[in-house]
Amino acid sequence: MSGRLCSIAIALVFAAMVAPADAATIEITMENLVISPAEIPAKVGDTINWINKDVFAHTATAKNGDFDVTLPPKKSATSVLKKAGTIDYYCRYHPNMKATLKIEP
Amino acid sequence: MLIRWNAAVAAAILLSSPALLQGASAADKPTDPQIAHIAYTAGVIDINAAKQAQKKAKSKDVKAFAEDMLRDHEAVNKQALALVKKLNVTPEDNDTSKALSKQASDKMAELDKLDGAAFDKAYVANEVAYHKAVNGALETQLIPSANNAELKSLLQTGLKIFQGHQQHAEHVAAELK
Repeated sequence: MSGRLCSIAIALVFAAMVAPADAATIEITMENLVISPAEIPAKVGDTINWINKDVFAHTATAKNGDFDVTLPPKKSATSVLKKAGTIDYYCRYHPNMKATLKIEP
Repeated sequence: MLIRWNAAVAAAILLSSPALLQGASAADKPTDPQIAHIAYTAGVIDINAAKQAQKKAKSKDVKAFAEDMLRDHEAVNKQALALVKKLNVTPEDNDTSKALSKQASDKMAELDKLDGAAFDKAYVANEVAYHKAVNGALETQLIPSANNAELKSLLQTGLKIFQGHQQHAEHVAAELK
């Protein structure tokens, strides 16, 4: 019995971890102090793959505080979008670098 | 003629006077090894200024600004070193670099005497003036004079990032008032 309960528990855990079938991975690149694409549509559950091609450290920092990703030089990082909304974000180190994510529910 | 150019650019960088920069004849162009040396020296100067500010600054914004300067200028200079190594170029010391270093050490000594809010204000004001002057020299002299495409491109990236620094410094300066 405890074995069965355990496997149900594991199944539930995995079910919770699996993203919706239509979740996508979106690449956003920072290169030569420019974020591209500057504006991109996305959906809750999508993964953003942040790619820093510069020799400078950058951040992707949401103005409303929803996310703050630090990207060391020539590194990438991922984050999953959790909330809908139009999010303006920028690089804290280079505030001229600005872009927008339009996240649909 | 090179000496005259160097003196003119050094004076222009130091005094932030665009008139002097324009006064330098285009024929007296610095060579790539000299440009590399000037650019690297200019970076080291701002790195040292940032280190001094990290020790002495009081305001949180000024400390954060100094940290940004340190991070970016070290990154640019690391790239510059990698590039000169790749191109097998030995940066050549010159009168502009020497004048820049002399002026910078005088400024550091001057700032060292200040503390607290007075230091913050003087450091940031100098950062505004310094980035303005370096950006002017990059734009009108160093970038147009660079022969090697990779060196030119690195200087252009530098200009872009330093223009951001200038804006950032101007913003911090305005907040301090």
